[in-house]
Amino acid sequence: MSVAIEVQNLRCEFRVNAGWFAPEKRVIAVDDVTFSVPAGSVLGIVGESGCGKSTLARLILGLLKPTAGTVLVDGKRLFDLDRKARARLIQPVFQDPFASLNPRHRIKDIVALPLTAQGTFSRADIERRVAQILERVGLSAAMGERMPSQLSGGQRQRAAIARALVLEPRIVICDEPTSALDVSVQAQILNLLADLRRDLGLTYLFISHNLAVVEHVASEVAVMYLGRFVERNETDALFRAPGHPYTQALLQSVLTPEPGRGVPDIGLGDAMPDPANIPPGCRFNPRCGIAVERCRRVAPTPMARAPQGMVECHLA
Amino acid sequence: MSALLDIEDLEVMFGGRSAAVRGASLQVEKGETHCLVGESGCGKSVTALSIMNLLARGGRRSAKRMSFAGTDLLSLSDREMARLRGNRISMIFQEPMTSLNPAFTIGSQMAEVLTRHKGGSRTAALERAVELMGRVGITAPEMRLGQFPHQLSGGLRQRVMIAMALMCDPELLVADEPTTALDVTVQAQILRLLATLKRELGLAILLITHDLGIVARVADRVSVMYAGEVVERAPTAELFRSPQHPYTRGLLSCVPVPGRVQRDRPLGSIPGVVPAIGPGFAGCAFRSRCSHADASCEREIPRRQAGSAHDYLCRLAPQFSEPQPA
Repeated sequence: MSVAIEVQNLRCEFRVNAGWFAPEKRVIAVDDVTFSVPAGSVLGIVGESGCGKSTLARLILGLLKPTAGTVLVDGKRLFDLDRKARARLIQPVFQDPFASLNPRHRIKDIVALPLTAQGTFSRADIERRVAQILERVGLSAAMGERMPSQLSGGQRQRAAIARALVLEPRIVICDEPTSALDVSVQAQILNLLADLRRDLGLTYLFISHNLAVVEHVASEVAVMYLGRFVERNETDALFRAPGHPYTQALLQSVLTPEPGRGVPDIGLGDAMPDPANIPPGCRFNPRCGIAVERCRRVAPTPMARAPQGMVECHLA
Repeated sequence: MSALLDIEDLEVMFGGRSAAVRGASLQVEKGETHCLVGESGCGKSVTALSIMNLLARGGRRSAKRMSFAGTDLLSLSDREMARLRGNRISMIFQEPMTSLNPAFTIGSQMAEVLTRHKGGSRTAALERAVELMGRVGITAPEMRLGQFPHQLSGGLRQRVMIAMALMCDPELLVADEPTTALDVTVQAQILRLLATLKRELGLAILLITHDLGIVARVADRVSVMYAGEVVERAPTAELFRSPQHPYTRGLLSCVPVPGRVQRDRPLGSIPGVVPAIGPGFAGCAFRSRCSHADASCEREIPRRQAGSAHDYLCRLAPQFSEPQPA
């Protein structure tokens, strides 16, 4: 199977002012992340807020400049391409359809913008493509005439998906695409994304904090903690036999709709992860229930894990 | 025995035009966790706010009955209600950052609750604050007294809110989406804490949520809201075992269950969107999205019994079967 996207040693640092007289702090938001995604599959990326998953999305989209590392799409170095070429390869769908659509434009103009920005499509061509994609995502032509405020959350997210797909990209980065939606609508959007991927041969990076959703859509899952992938594997293997204690805690904390089972004790403690203050050794050790002396001194390196994944833990 | 909180036929109107809550009935027993579940806009938060008499300007509430521990909440003056609020009924909200005052220390905000309602010295109030913070699992509580809200993480802030809500030993805690803004690992910790407090203090909790996973794990009883009405009420296990209302059934089919995922099969979903409910709306509000609907759904809908403590708002008899998908 061909590789759609390849990310190599991607790293992103921010310098933040800690106060008037305090020394500048370095925040490592994404720390040496490497992965590749086969064409037509879905890589789910999960982690808690602040773990760097959205920064990773913005780096891959070219909205942020990385400190180091490269991204290859179809073998081409993404950061060498200009914006127009990049937009033809890779497109985003963001979390909040209320913030990501310009409130002063009609839906069909919003969806047409990626085409007009390319500057190479005729007006008739643009109209035809917009009509096609609106229909494909389940919006009527009448909806195209409306303003974003006249649409429901689910309809807006359909419009955002239409905008992402109108240039026929290879890769779509979905950053929490259903987190702002109600469960009944969430299911509609997830089903739509699955249909589109199958029919158009798309590759998704699917970022979410909702493990149940990721298990449903992803073929492979990466778990991110303080800027690093601490575990990655095929979805079934990862959910059946999580190797990293953090993955185990995340899986335990999913509240399945099964009455009578109570709320699990995940025993992670109160030490919240702080990307400006990454602990020495294994970055998870202050919250880890099984950490030993070595975990506090030596940072673990990625180790292979069956069937074709990796885990960063001394004890896995 | 009458319920601790007993609401019958609550209506909430905004500006005389739109009805946010249309005849909702809800009973919370002493010491139980009662979940009010529904999607955004169904009126669950407005129901909570009307219990506290904290509706936004222009909101008007009316009800056949709205009593708390035998007191008629509707007839209380603003002063009397203020005496109850934060004292015998406490409320916590979704976003702890917006509910804490950024300009005051944690200690002074917590102490104020107690000195205001129960009098006593500030020192005694601060001692109580430290004790409660320890109880809700906040590390180094003495240090927190002097800290400001922005110095705490989201999970810690929500714990502070809970500790603050407990300052006066309330009988009822109204929690409106208390864990929605938190990470899943922190969410589990907070929900465990609420369950412990309920058990140890005999606290009744009205928990408002959209998350059926939370409902299943913490609730004793559930009320499902849709478009301003309570469409189904049942003990938790019974609701998940045999949901009756088509909306409840649809909602349960929408949730991906980990470990039982079939990736090549689509998730269940409810077609369409929540309709706008204008004045003079009659019949079932779910009929436009319901596969069982017929002309009789436009008339008054009976409340049917499906068990001794299980009722629902639908014309269909209990245990009706779903049409088989073609």
